Amino acid sequence: MHPPTTLAAELRLPTNWLDYTILGIYFVVVLGIGFAARRSVKTSLDFFLSGRSLPAWVTGLAFIAANLGATEILGMAANSAQYGVYTTHWYWIGAIPAMVFLGLVMMPFYYGSKVRSVPEFLLLRFDKAAHLLSSGLFACAAILIAGVNLYALAIVVEALLGWPQWVAIVVAGFFVLAYITLGGLSSAIYNEVLQFFVILAALIPISVLGLKKVGGWDGLSDSLTESRGADFMTSWGGTGIGSDNPLGANWLTIVLGLGFVLSFGYWTTNFAEVQRALSAKNLSAAQRTPLIAAFPKIFIVFLVMIPGLVAAVLVPKIGTAGSDLQYNDAIPYLMEQLLPNGVLGIAVTGLLAAFMAGMAANVSSFNTVFTTDIWAKYVVKGRQDEYYVRFGRLITAIGVLASIGTAFLASSFSNIMSYLQTLFSFFNVPMFVVFIIGMFWRRTSMKSGFWGLLAGTTAAMVNYFVIYKQGIIDIPSDQGANFVSAIAGFVAGAVVMVAVSLFTAPKPAEELQGLVYGTTSPGMAEPPAPGDEAWYRKPALLGWGAVILAAACYIPFSF
Amino acid sequence: MSEFYSDKDVQREVTELQGKSATAARLFDIRRIIGGLFVVYGVIVTIAGFTASDADIDKAEGVNINLWTGLGMLALGVFFLVWLKLRPVAPPPPDVVAGDEARE
Repeated sequence: MHPPTTLAAELRLPTNWLDYTILGIYFVVVLGIGFAARRSVKTSLDFFLSGRSLPAWVTGLAFIAANLGATEILGMAANSAQYGVYTTHWYWIGAIPAMVFLGLVMMPFYYGSKVRSVPEFLLLRFDKAAHLLSSGLFACAAILIAGVNLYALAIVVEALLGWPQWVAIVVAGFFVLAYITLGGLSSAIYNEVLQFFVILAALIPISVLGLKKVGGWDGLSDSLTESRGADFMTSWGGTGIGSDNPLGANWLTIVLGLGFVLSFGYWTTNFAEVQRALSAKNLSAAQRTPLIAAFPKIFIVFLVMIPGLVAAVLVPKIGTAGSDLQYNDAIPYLMEQLLPNGVLGIAVTGLLAAFMAGMAANVSSFNTVFTTDIWAKYVVKGRQDEYYVRFGRLITAIGVLASIGTAFLASSFSNIMSYLQTLFSFFNVPMFVVFIIGMFWRRTSMKSGFWGLLAGTTAAMVNYFVIYKQGIIDIPSDQGANFVSAIAGFVAGAVVMVAVSLFTAPKPAEELQGLVYGTTSPGMAEPPAPGDEAWYRKPALLGWGAVILAAACYIPFSF
Repeated sequence: MSEFYSDKDVQREVTELQGKSATAARLFDIRRIIGGLFVVYGVIVTIAGFTASDADIDKAEGVNINLWTGLGMLALGVFFLVWLKLRPVAPPPPDVVAGDEARE
């Protein structure tokens, strides 16, 4: 296993004053947004949830940008260089259906119940034990993932710009700390929207020039078909049960493990994402948040996959002992090879912005859960609202410092993305089981939430660390093992929940209003805002449109 | 906190906070920032495109990538500024704010 610390030394970019000017302007704007957003923070709701007042296009782009961190960009390009067009599964089946489900089915319960976080919903539906366990798990996961982003940023910046790792960590940590403590979630969301456009401005030139270099899509396709086999350029080729493919997964584990369990777990219960939707200004805007995000998500796969595939053509031995380049180096390598000063500065800025946004999304959700779910409910209760705003700012600083510490945990994994997905399968999948059963089965008892979470998390961890890592069953790759761990966590959580529910008392029906399917709460009854009746703002149309479009995208890559 | 921390507690607490919230009234419009930043970036990168050396163009597969990216960013920046000009955010209706205040 290659530690990602060894980014090849030849990746040093020929940056000049022009590129640093572009980067400098960005840092100034980031801080400016923090200072300008500061005056809008009056209550804890402003600090943690932007006062539930943002328009859908802003929350929608922040929703996608919170996911489009640099670990995702570099990791998915790495996936493409390693596994080929299979990468499309992480987008078309592994994201779109779950995002649409979040918007159409789950959002009325989340937003309508006026909860401020995902764990708070569990408190209403289940009990304090489930709430405390999920808050604690989420707080740990958020800090770990923020640390992954920070660590990845440091090694990339060291390789590309020659800054020592500690400089990159201190600079990025300082800016994230500054803009979130100043402006709270509004400032995090505004920076994410900005980052979304900058990263597009970076990835589009890289993809276009990369394609040109290898003779267009046909040249790319011919070259890789010859060197890696025909399945490398298809989504489903070689995924029959029992057949061999580099992903180490078959269509069943792809559909169930990635498409259903992992993806629904991530998109519907990961608070770093859901928080963006909860900050929308009304129920319609909250529902449209993941749906608006789904459309860019369908097409972003090309901007990360093409650089990965191009790198696989240009450096045929990438990721193996025969080359200095790791899979994660695909995009930095193309930046170095293709971009002149100017656009190079934009690309460096986009990458740094994406690292900081990936970290900020986790820090801004961590401070919310830690303050509203742990501190205000169990430790220091019933204080004035101003106290919790101050505490939120303090815990933001502590969270940033803690994530610097966790950064070093990431060092033993070769593929950053599989590390993240391993974590998600341990934390998000059991959470999703608990949600889905609690939301659709009224009989689900209060106690079952806690036991379902615990059983699911334990099962996923046992599968990964004992059964897979100790070689008790043979799974060819980390990614394949993630899919299986996710399915194991889901099944164990579900079985335990049903069993516990059958032997413990259900929650009284009057306490379930607006929390289970088929009931409504006062928050869901609000009349639509003027203009929301327009056809292009209908959630059902947007959602089904995204699903059909994603399915259609598979067609050219399936034969 | 009673045994059930109920839906009604959250509804009441959050509705109250939302009444006092200042974000809707005081938060600036992000379109101004996106527009401004992309116009500045667009101008800088476009100028880099006009003054591109042969080495720059050769490196980018014969494409003057600075020029095209710069123009694209400029267009996006202008789009956001025009959108802001044509559809400024309506201030929140005063009766809603007053209503929330009265309920407290």
